[in-house]
Amino acid sequence: MTAEQLSLLKEIMAYRFSVLEFNLYLNTHPRDRGALEKYNKYVKELRDLCFEYQKKYGPLTATFPSEFPWEYYSTPWPWQINYD
Amino acid sequence: MWSYQKYLQYPAKVSKTDLEMAKLLYAQYAGPDSELGAAVRYLTQRYTMPTDEAKATLTDIGTEELAHWEIIATLIYKLVNGVSPKKLQQAGLGAHYAQHGRALYPHDAAGVPFTAAYLQSHEDPIANLQEDLAAEEKARATYENLIELSNDQGIIETLSFLREREVVHFQRFGETLNIVRDHLNK
Repeated sequence: MTAEQLSLLKEIMAYRFSVLEFNLYLNTHPRDRGALEKYNKYVKELRDLCFEYQKKYGPLTATFPSEFPWEYYSTPWPWQINYD
Repeated sequence: MWSYQKYLQYPAKVSKTDLEMAKLLYAQYAGPDSELGAAVRYLTQRYTMPTDEAKATLTDIGTEELAHWEIIATLIYKLVNGVSPKKLQQAGLGAHYAQHGRALYPHDAAGVPFTAAYLQSHEDPIANLQEDLAAEEKARATYENLIELSNDQGIIETLSFLREREVVHFQRFGETLNIVRDHLNK
């Protein structure tokens, strides 16, 4: 994996984590407007980053359109990536 | 990582005529050949698989098993929801009610708690895949027994879908076994 690909992947991981944190917080604070606005902002950023990454490097999920031949199974597995 | 989707893979229909099925469905909730056992087995075995096809098959079938685990849970939940303790006792769920009320618990149809001893994970990928083929057949046979034991058309329809999925998984594991064999013989 190139440094550029890894850096985009790490950005996705960070945004996904932020979305999860707001998700958990909002489950018990559904009327916190400020948190909700941040959640919506991060969800949109995450969606855009995932789209950009998958267009460039192939699928992260099996629910993304694929080039021929089927790409999903051969993109890097999370436990085989060097995160340094 | 995983993301939760707030819908079932297949509708869980219950006409509430067959409360005894709640106890029996625990076979597939957390018994030896249950959806829980299948999910843990495949999602544990996948790391050391030698080909991407095998890693993908185990990841995605393992994930589907978690969706099936949710369907079984939904059937049990709907069957016991609002039912009196006396009626639960008559349906064989007295011991379950004493310990858990109407909450779900990962045990089998006889009340035996789930254990990882139901499954194996080996570095040898052939050994894993042969176990997985057997697991799918045992789950299919269990679904056939459950279908025979039920008189609830909704439950039978849902269990028939789940039975079909075991057949499809068996097919995919067979193909995966061939791919892994070819890879090892190269």
